Amino acid sequence: MTALLDVRDLQVEFRTREGVAKAVNGVSYSVAAGETLAVLGESGSGKSVTAQAVMGILDSPPGFVTGGEVVFQGEDLLKLGREARRKVRGERMAMIFQDALSSLNPVLTVGFQLGEMFRVHRGASRAEARARSIELMERVRIPAARERVNDYPHQFSGGMRQRIMIAMALALGPELIIADEPTTALDVTVQAQVMDLLAELREETGMGLILITHDLGVVADVADKIAVMYAGRIMETAPVHDLYKAPAHPYTRGLLDSIPRLDQKGQELSAIRGTPPSLLAIPPGCPFNPRCPRAQDVCRTDRPPLYEVTDDAGRPLPGRGSACHFWKDQLHDRP
Amino acid sequence: MTSPEVTEARPGAPGGETILEVRDLVKHFPLTQGIVFRRQIGAVQAVDGVSFDLRRGETLGIVGESGCGKSTIAKMLVNLERPTAGRIRFKGEDISRLSGRALRAVRRNIQMVFQDPYTSLNPRMTVGDIVGEPYDIHPEVAPKGSRRGRVQELLDVVGLNPEHINRYPHQFSGGQRQRIGIARGLALRPEIIVADEPVSALDVSVQAQVVNLLERLQNEFHLSYIFIAHDLSVVRHISDRVGVMYLGRIVESGTDEAIYEHATHPYTQALLSAVPVPDPEGRETRERILLSGDVPSPANPPSGCRFRTRCWKAQPVCAEKDPALDVPPWFREEKGAVAHPSACHFAAEWEDEPGPGRPGAGPGAGAKPGAGG
Amino acid sequence: MPERYEEKQRADFGSQEAESLPGSDVLQAEAGGVPGTDQPARSLWSDAWQDLRRNPVFVVAGLLILFLIFISLWPSVVATGSPYNCDIANRNLGAESGHPFGFDSQGCDVYNRTVYGARASLTVCTLATLGAALLGTVLGGLAGYFGGWGDAVLSRITEVFFGIPILLGGLVFLSVIKSGSVWPVIGLIVLLGWPQVARIARGSVITAKQNDYVQAARTLGASTGRIMLRHVLPNAVAPIIVVATIALGTYVALEATLSFLGVGLKPPTISWGSEISTASQQIRNAPHALLWPAGALSLTVLAFIMLGDAVRDALDPKLR
Repeated sequence: MTALLDVRDLQVEFRTREGVAKAVNGVSYSVAAGETLAVLGESGSGKSVTAQAVMGILDSPPGFVTGGEVVFQGEDLLKLGREARRKVRGERMAMIFQDALSSLNPVLTVGFQLGEMFRVHRGASRAEARARSIELMERVRIPAARERVNDYPHQFSGGMRQRIMIAMALALGPELIIADEPTTALDVTVQAQVMDLLAELREETGMGLILITHDLGVVADVADKIAVMYAGRIMETAPVHDLYKAPAHPYTRGLLDSIPRLDQKGQELSAIRGTPPSLLAIPPGCPFNPRCPRAQDVCRTDRPPLYEVTDDAGRPLPGRGSACHFWKDQLHDRP
Repeated sequence: MTSPEVTEARPGAPGGETILEVRDLVKHFPLTQGIVFRRQIGAVQAVDGVSFDLRRGETLGIVGESGCGKSTIAKMLVNLERPTAGRIRFKGEDISRLSGRALRAVRRNIQMVFQDPYTSLNPRMTVGDIVGEPYDIHPEVAPKGSRRGRVQELLDVVGLNPEHINRYPHQFSGGQRQRIGIARGLALRPEIIVADEPVSALDVSVQAQVVNLLERLQNEFHLSYIFIAHDLSVVRHISDRVGVMYLGRIVESGTDEAIYEHATHPYTQALLSAVPVPDPEGRETRERILLSGDVPSPANPPSGCRFRTRCWKAQPVCAEKDPALDVPPWFREEKGAVAHPSACHFAAEWEDEPGPGRPGAGPGAGAKPGAGG
Repeated sequence: MPERYEEKQRADFGSQEAESLPGSDVLQAEAGGVPGTDQPARSLWSDAWQDLRRNPVFVVAGLLILFLIFISLWPSVVATGSPYNCDIANRNLGAESGHPFGFDSQGCDVYNRTVYGARASLTVCTLATLGAALLGTVLGGLAGYFGGWGDAVLSRITEVFFGIPILLGGLVFLSVIKSGSVWPVIGLIVLLGWPQVARIARGSVITAKQNDYVQAARTLGASTGRIMLRHVLPNAVAPIIVVATIALGTYVALEATLSFLGVGLKPPTISWGSEISTASQQIRNAPHALLWPAGALSLTVLAFIMLGDAVRDALDPKLR
């Protein structure tokens, strides 16, 4: 599979009053058509900023892309002009946000907002746009779409609004969808519906999907491969099954251990000590070292690159990488 | 809730004496029109007949989705809202109608931990002022000279540096702020702490720290917790008993084993099956109940069983007769966790369901046209 | 500010360390001290004062205002002679020795007129601002906090007051009073100015009272007074200060306009406003007679705006 999107060594910084915050420090990942990449991270890990830089919707200032490439279908988006970039957005690459209510205009009907996509980008007539809107609403399984096309956003429930956002993202048939915490604001039963819908649509259209989330459960459910981010860096990349079975980074291990499980009543949770670092003052060496149980002196001085993870015979494990000096010990759970 | 499981002794809970009794609690918020001349046009039935007991040293978890009324219960327990009807008895005394001095005295015993550590601390007060404020309000608890020492002790207990007493909330991370909120809640040495989504605003790696802290404090100070959350995994982890809420009512309650291993109410089953499991093994074959439609408006709940509009088992009887929260008669003889209160006319464990009656986990099950709205 | 940055870094690491230790016993190790031996407990107000003392903007504004207060209390100390000692022969003359600001159209010494004008102008604008801010904050704050019909009534009243053009109201009101002293002018400005403050106060109180910390105080059993003074007011005061300092400038101008129209302060009361309005008729012949009182006026307004700005920032710990 050739990559649909290939992000290479992306750097983003925010120039604020208190100093320069390095939000993204050399992030690389790729997504192929029909593939789901989950970008997993806590708040401040840079997972959303990376996506905004890829989409070209970074608030600038204070945010600036200071290096790297965003290669989409063989073309570096960062080198495109403003107008060309805008054309890529929406038509070939679309984004779904966490808060569907504030992403929709409250004074326009959902039908109008959906139809606008066709009228602006495709020059469709009013009647045609309306027909396409209904079609889209049916595609994201909004019941009684024909009757509800003239309703306003507040007349829909949270789950339905998120479906409308998905419909909007799908409207022009993009090849890539970036979903930034698409179900975080939703209740679990509704979250399941929306995630299923996304997975199905991805299968149906063969588009690539980048799912940005902090929820290890959601990731396990839908992702093909995972990139774990921390303090603006990729800590680990792995196919989904490998990551949960044998993580090669202490941070991933810590995350997996710290979540309570539904299927067992555990003893004390093994929490990761400390808090994520301020982006204004990322610790030298490995950014995770102050919180890491495996940290040695080398971790405080040398920044680990994303090592290729291999099996015992030294054969590289496909898709696996770990930014830990001691990934081998972690992989085999050796102390 | 006159259920057999109430009498069951729980290994972890010392004593077991009931210190909080909630009976038929109701909260209706009037819907009004007009500004100067108001008239009522209806009522949001946020909580509609909820009963439970809390024993000393135990944790009662309350789970439910947004709008089920769980936060309203928390507010009534700490007297931020007055119940429309029903009783809240703390050690036998009805506290829901108190005022003045008596109310202040009771408030010392029931404290709250809030969800959002960013809005629950006054940004213009130092940590010392925030944690020490309970002593200003209840000067009889600590003489003036000893307050500073007590505040530092509290900071120490929740795992913060006592030297940071003169800092402001914004100088702390989310997890640390939540610790400050917990220290404030502990200041008056309450017997009950009502925690409303105390970890849901925190990062995954910090959540565990706060959950562990809450458990440690419970043992240290013999606290009883009402733990309200939407995250079923966290609730299971910390709770001794669990109540599942839907649209203003508790639909099922029991020990954590009863709820999580032997759920008999269809809503609980759907809720449990929808929780994503952090393990990709077997995800293709995992069974999942996808509920159709949305939660009905609490201003206009369905007749009979409130879950019937989304329930795959619903029969005509469900619209006519409101199922009581009780151990279903057909389980009364059973031994073990399956015999627990469940407000369903057709309560049954998931494994015992007849095959064809199962809702499809496949595509489309999530949105049957016409359902909900 | 490299020092500040360093400090922040250290603070960040410090607090991080504190959390990283799950137990509690080891925590004091960081500072190496015994709890309770560091500096005394601080509060918002003492911290704000510490901050202000070191803020050059505040110091400059404060000194300027102190100076203005001084000359309005004892103008004779600074003045070179009586402001009423006028000789028409000196009409519109420029600066000369002993008369640094020159003379106005009546042949009065502009320096002395400006010095003596401080009292009336300062009294009007500070008292009027104070009055309007207090009345507006109290009424708007109470309405916002308690809501209900009182709030509805107050909102309607402020809307009515907004409908009255302040100049027209002033003309009618002051032409009935006809005293020419500062008090009716102050009264009028307070009467017509408070709704603006009340509206802002109401809004920011409503925002502040919705925060969880207000609920938290209530669960602790805090009295209404305590909640309002400790929790709501400090968090609602910033926009009120901004509105009040901006209003101060407009009130000085309003006083000048009313005096110019002949209903505000009347001779023998001297104010910058009346000086400016008389001098404006002679602006081509004697611009200096206009510029000096206008300059004093601008400086005063600037000083108060700087003061308001500094106080507002000092009351926000996030900016420290």
